[in-house]
Amino acid sequence: MSFTVSIQTQDFDVSQELAALRAGDARVGAVCSFLGTVRERNDGSSVASMELEHYPGMTEKSISAMMDEAKKRFDIFAARVIHRVGLLHPEDQIVWVAVTSAHRGESFKACEFLMDYLKTQAPFWKKEVTPEGARWVDARVSDDQALARWGIQASNTLS
Amino acid sequence: MKVNLKYFASIREAIGQGSESVNTQAATLQALRDELMARGGAYAEVLAHGRAVRMALDQDLCEGSAALSDGCEVAFFPPVTGG
Repeated sequence: MSFTVSIQTQDFDVSQELAALRAGDARVGAVCSFLGTVRERNDGSSVASMELEHYPGMTEKSISAMMDEAKKRFDIFAARVIHRVGLLHPEDQIVWVAVTSAHRGESFKACEFLMDYLKTQAPFWKKEVTPEGARWVDARVSDDQALARWGIQASNTLS
Repeated sequence: MKVNLKYFASIREAIGQGSESVNTQAATLQALRDELMARGGAYAEVLAHGRAVRMALDQDLCEGSAALSDGCEVAFFPPVTGG
Protein backbone atom coordinates (compact mmCIF):
# COMPACT_ATOMS: atom_id res chain seq x y z
CA MET A 1 0.00 0.00 0.00
CA SER A 2 1.58 3.23 -1.01
CA PHE A 3 0.29 6.70 -1.60
CA THR A 4 3.04 8.92 -2.94
CA VAL A 5 3.53 12.25 -4.65
CA SER A 6 6.49 13.59 -6.62
CA ILE A 7 6.99 17.15 -7.82
CA GLN A 8 9.85 17.18 -10.28
CA THR A 9 11.35 18.92 -13.31
CA GLN A 10 12.42 15.71 -15.05
CA ASP A 11 10.21 13.55 -17.29
CA PHE A 12 8.90 10.16 -16.14
CA ASP A 13 8.24 6.74 -17.69
CA VAL A 14 4.56 5.82 -17.34
CA SER A 15 5.16 2.07 -17.88
CA GLN A 16 7.77 1.91 -15.15
CA GLU A 17 5.63 3.94 -12.78
CA LEU A 18 2.57 1.72 -13.41
CA ALA A 19 4.56 -1.45 -12.87
CA ALA A 20 6.02 -0.11 -9.61
CA LEU A 21 2.62 1.01 -8.32
CA ARG A 22 1.06 -2.46 -8.51
CA ALA A 23 4.18 -4.57 -7.89
CA GLY A 24 3.84 -7.08 -5.07
CA ASP A 25 0.14 -6.53 -4.47
CA ALA A 26 -1.87 -9.49 -5.79
CA ARG A 27 -5.13 -8.01 -4.52
CA VAL A 28 -4.99 -5.57 -7.43
CA GLY A 29 -7.32 -6.31 -10.34
CA ALA A 30 -7.61 -2.81 -11.78
CA VAL A 31 -5.22 0.03 -12.47
CA CYS A 32 -6.50 3.34 -13.74
CA SER A 33 -4.36 6.30 -14.73
CA PHE A 34 -4.65 9.74 -16.25
CA LEU A 35 -1.88 11.55 -18.13
CA GLY A 36 -2.07 15.29 -18.78
CA THR A 37 0.11 16.74 -21.55
CA VAL A 38 0.93 20.19 -22.94
CA ARG A 39 -1.41 21.23 -25.80
CA GLU A 40 -0.10 23.30 -28.70
CA ARG A 41 -3.14 25.62 -28.44
CA ASN A 42 -4.90 27.23 -25.48
CA ASP A 43 -7.58 29.93 -25.37
CA GLY A 44 -7.19 30.69 -29.09
CA SER A 45 -3.40 31.06 -29.19
CA SER A 46 -0.58 28.75 -30.11
CA VAL A 47 1.62 27.83 -27.18
CA ALA A 48 5.37 27.68 -27.76
CA SER A 49 6.22 26.70 -24.17
CA MET A 50 5.02 27.07 -20.62
CA GLU A 51 6.61 27.58 -17.23
CA LEU A 52 5.02 25.80 -14.28
CA GLU A 53 5.46 27.35 -10.84
CA HIS A 54 4.38 25.80 -7.53
CA TYR A 55 4.42 26.38 -3.77
CA PRO A 56 6.96 23.91 -2.38
CA GLY A 57 5.63 22.32 0.78
CA MET A 58 2.00 23.27 0.29
CA THR A 59 1.87 21.36 -2.99
CA GLU A 60 2.90 18.09 -1.35
CA LYS A 61 0.65 18.80 1.66
CA SER A 62 -2.44 19.48 -0.48
CA ILE A 63 -1.93 16.39 -2.64
CA SER A 64 -1.41 14.19 0.45
CA ALA A 65 -4.68 15.57 1.84
CA MET A 66 -6.51 14.76 -1.38
CA MET A 67 -5.14 11.20 -1.29
CA ASP A 68 -6.38 10.82 2.30
CA GLU A 69 -9.80 11.96 1.10
CA ALA A 70 -9.71 9.49 -1.82
CA LYS A 71 -8.83 6.64 0.58
CA LYS A 72 -11.90 7.47 2.69
CA ARG A 73 -14.22 7.62 -0.30
CA PHE A 74 -13.04 4.72 -2.47
CA ASP A 75 -11.86 1.17 -1.91
CA ILE A 76 -8.38 1.64 -3.35
CA PHE A 77 -4.99 0.07 -2.56
CA ALA A 78 -2.43 2.56 -3.83
CA ALA A 79 -2.14 5.86 -5.66
CA ARG A 80 0.62 7.96 -7.13
CA VAL A 81 0.70 11.54 -8.39
CA ILE A 82 3.59 12.95 -10.41
CA HIS A 83 3.50 16.62 -11.40
CA ARG A 84 6.22 18.35 -13.34
CA VAL A 85 7.30 21.96 -12.82
CA GLY A 86 9.64 24.27 -14.74
CA LEU A 87 9.86 24.71 -18.50
CA LEU A 88 7.62 22.47 -20.65
CA HIS A 89 6.77 22.29 -24.35
CA PRO A 90 3.82 20.99 -26.42
CA GLU A 91 3.48 17.18 -26.20
CA ASP A 92 5.43 17.07 -22.91
CA GLN A 93 3.96 15.10 -20.03
CA ILE A 94 2.77 17.40 -17.20
CA VAL A 95 0.82 15.34 -14.70
CA TRP A 96 0.13 11.67 -14.05
CA VAL A 97 -2.34 10.21 -11.57
CA ALA A 98 -2.70 6.45 -11.07
CA VAL A 99 -4.78 4.34 -8.71
CA THR A 100 -5.08 0.60 -8.03
CA SER A 101 -8.10 -1.31 -6.74
CA ALA A 102 -9.69 -4.76 -6.86
CA HIS A 103 -12.27 -3.80 -9.51
CA ARG A 104 -12.30 -1.06 -12.12
CA GLY A 105 -15.12 1.08 -10.74
CA GLU A 106 -13.24 2.26 -7.66
CA SER A 107 -10.01 3.14 -9.47
CA PHE A 108 -11.84 4.91 -12.32
CA LYS A 109 -13.72 7.07 -9.82
CA ALA A 110 -10.74 7.70 -7.55
CA CYS A 111 -8.54 8.72 -10.49
CA GLU A 112 -11.09 11.27 -11.71
CA PHE A 113 -11.68 12.52 -8.17
CA LEU A 114 -7.94 13.07 -7.64
CA MET A 115 -7.58 15.03 -10.89
CA ASP A 116 -10.67 17.16 -10.19
CA TYR A 117 -9.31 17.91 -6.74
CA LEU A 118 -5.81 18.72 -7.98
CA LYS A 119 -7.07 21.19 -10.60
CA THR A 120 -8.59 23.56 -8.03
CA GLN A 121 -6.77 22.81 -4.74
CA ALA A 122 -3.10 22.20 -5.51
CA PRO A 123 -0.93 25.34 -5.78
CA PHE A 124 0.44 25.22 -9.34
CA TRP A 125 0.42 28.07 -11.86
CA LYS A 126 1.05 27.95 -15.61
CA LYS A 127 2.57 30.78 -17.61
CA GLU A 128 2.35 30.30 -21.38
CA VAL A 129 4.55 31.79 -24.08
CA THR A 130 2.39 32.68 -27.11
CA PRO A 131 3.04 34.82 -30.24
CA GLU A 132 1.30 37.68 -28.35
CA GLY A 133 3.70 37.35 -25.44
CA ALA A 134 3.83 35.52 -22.11
CA ARG A 135 0.60 35.24 -20.13
CA TRP A 136 -0.61 33.57 -16.95
CA VAL A 137 -3.26 30.94 -17.65
CA ASP A 138 -6.74 31.75 -16.31
CA ALA A 139 -8.43 29.32 -13.95
CA ARG A 140 -11.59 27.72 -15.33
CA VAL A 141 -14.97 27.86 -13.62
CA SER A 142 -15.64 24.41 -15.13
CA ASP A 143 -12.89 23.00 -12.90
CA ASP A 144 -14.68 24.28 -9.78
CA GLN A 145 -17.86 22.69 -11.12
CA ALA A 146 -16.06 19.39 -11.69
CA LEU A 147 -15.08 19.20 -8.02
CA ALA A 148 -18.60 20.21 -6.93
CA ARG A 149 -19.88 16.96 -8.48
CA TRP A 150 -18.08 15.15 -5.66
CA GLY A 151 -19.81 17.28 -3.03
CA ILE A 152 -16.80 19.51 -2.38
CA GLN A 153 -17.21 23.26 -2.67
CA ALA A 154 -14.31 24.74 -4.64
CA SER A 155 -13.91 28.52 -4.75
CA ASN A 156 -10.73 28.74 -6.79
CA THR A 157 -12.20 31.17 -9.30
CA LEU A 158 -14.25 33.32 -6.90
CA SER A 159 -13.37 37.00 -6.53
CA MET B 1 3.90 39.31 15.91
CA LYS B 2 6.09 38.14 13.09
CA VAL B 3 4.53 36.67 9.93
CA ASN B 4 6.39 35.09 7.02
CA LEU B 5 4.79 36.12 3.73
CA LYS B 6 4.97 34.34 0.40
CA TYR B 7 3.71 35.50 -3.01
CA PHE B 8 3.28 33.39 -6.13
CA ALA B 9 2.72 33.67 -9.88
CA SER B 10 1.22 36.97 -11.13
CA ILE B 11 1.07 38.39 -7.59
CA ARG B 12 4.77 37.63 -7.01
CA GLU B 13 5.67 39.30 -10.33
CA ALA B 14 3.61 42.44 -9.61
CA ILE B 15 5.00 42.86 -6.09
CA GLY B 16 8.53 42.14 -7.25
CA GLN B 17 9.49 39.62 -4.57
CA GLY B 18 8.55 36.09 -3.60
CA SER B 19 8.75 36.43 0.16
CA GLU B 20 9.17 38.87 3.01
CA SER B 21 8.88 38.93 6.77
CA VAL B 22 6.59 41.48 8.45
CA ASN B 23 5.70 42.55 11.96
CA THR B 24 1.97 42.99 12.26
CA GLN B 25 -0.86 43.51 14.72
CA ALA B 26 -3.36 42.01 12.26
CA ALA B 27 -5.42 39.28 13.90
CA THR B 28 -6.74 37.65 10.75
CA LEU B 29 -5.75 36.92 7.17
CA GLN B 30 -8.15 39.58 5.91
CA ALA B 31 -6.75 42.20 8.32
CA LEU B 32 -3.24 41.38 7.11
CA ARG B 33 -4.36 41.68 3.47
CA ASP B 34 -5.88 45.11 4.25
CA GLU B 35 -2.65 46.17 5.97
CA LEU B 36 -0.60 45.20 2.91
CA MET B 37 -3.05 46.97 0.57
CA ALA B 38 -2.56 50.14 2.61
CA ARG B 39 1.05 50.21 1.38
CA GLY B 40 -0.40 51.27 -1.98
CA GLY B 41 1.20 50.63 -5.38
CA ALA B 42 1.30 47.03 -6.59
CA TYR B 43 0.13 45.74 -3.20
CA ALA B 44 -3.08 47.79 -3.37
CA GLU B 45 -3.66 46.69 -6.94
CA VAL B 46 -3.11 42.95 -6.81
CA LEU B 47 -4.62 42.34 -3.35
CA ALA B 48 -7.65 44.60 -3.96
CA HIS B 49 -11.08 43.39 -2.89
CA GLY B 50 -12.89 41.99 -5.89
CA ARG B 51 -9.69 40.43 -7.26
CA ALA B 52 -9.53 36.64 -7.21
CA VAL B 53 -6.86 36.22 -4.52
CA ARG B 54 -6.39 32.91 -2.76
CA MET B 55 -4.86 32.85 0.72
CA ALA B 56 -3.08 30.08 2.58
CA LEU B 57 -2.21 29.95 6.27
CA ASP B 58 0.57 27.51 7.18
CA GLN B 59 0.12 25.91 3.76
CA ASP B 60 -3.65 25.30 3.99
CA LEU B 61 -6.16 27.26 1.86
CA CYS B 62 -8.07 29.55 4.26
CA GLU B 63 -10.78 32.18 4.34
CA GLY B 64 -10.06 35.75 5.44
CA SER B 65 -11.42 35.06 8.93
CA ALA B 66 -8.56 32.64 9.77
CA ALA B 67 -6.60 33.75 12.86
CA LEU B 68 -2.87 34.48 12.59
CA SER B 69 -0.29 33.39 15.15
CA ASP B 70 3.30 34.39 15.81
CA GLY B 71 5.69 32.88 13.28
CA CYS B 72 2.96 31.68 10.93
CA GLU B 73 3.39 31.45 7.15
CA VAL B 74 0.89 33.31 4.98
CA ALA B 75 0.72 33.07 1.20
CA PHE B 76 -1.17 35.15 -1.37
CA PHE B 77 -1.65 33.81 -4.88
CA PRO B 78 -4.03 33.86 -7.86
CA PRO B 79 -6.41 30.97 -8.66
CA VAL B 80 -4.43 27.78 -9.24
CA THR B 81 -3.99 26.37 -12.76
CA GLY B 82 -2.12 23.07 -12.44
CA GLY B 83 -2.89 19.68 -13.89
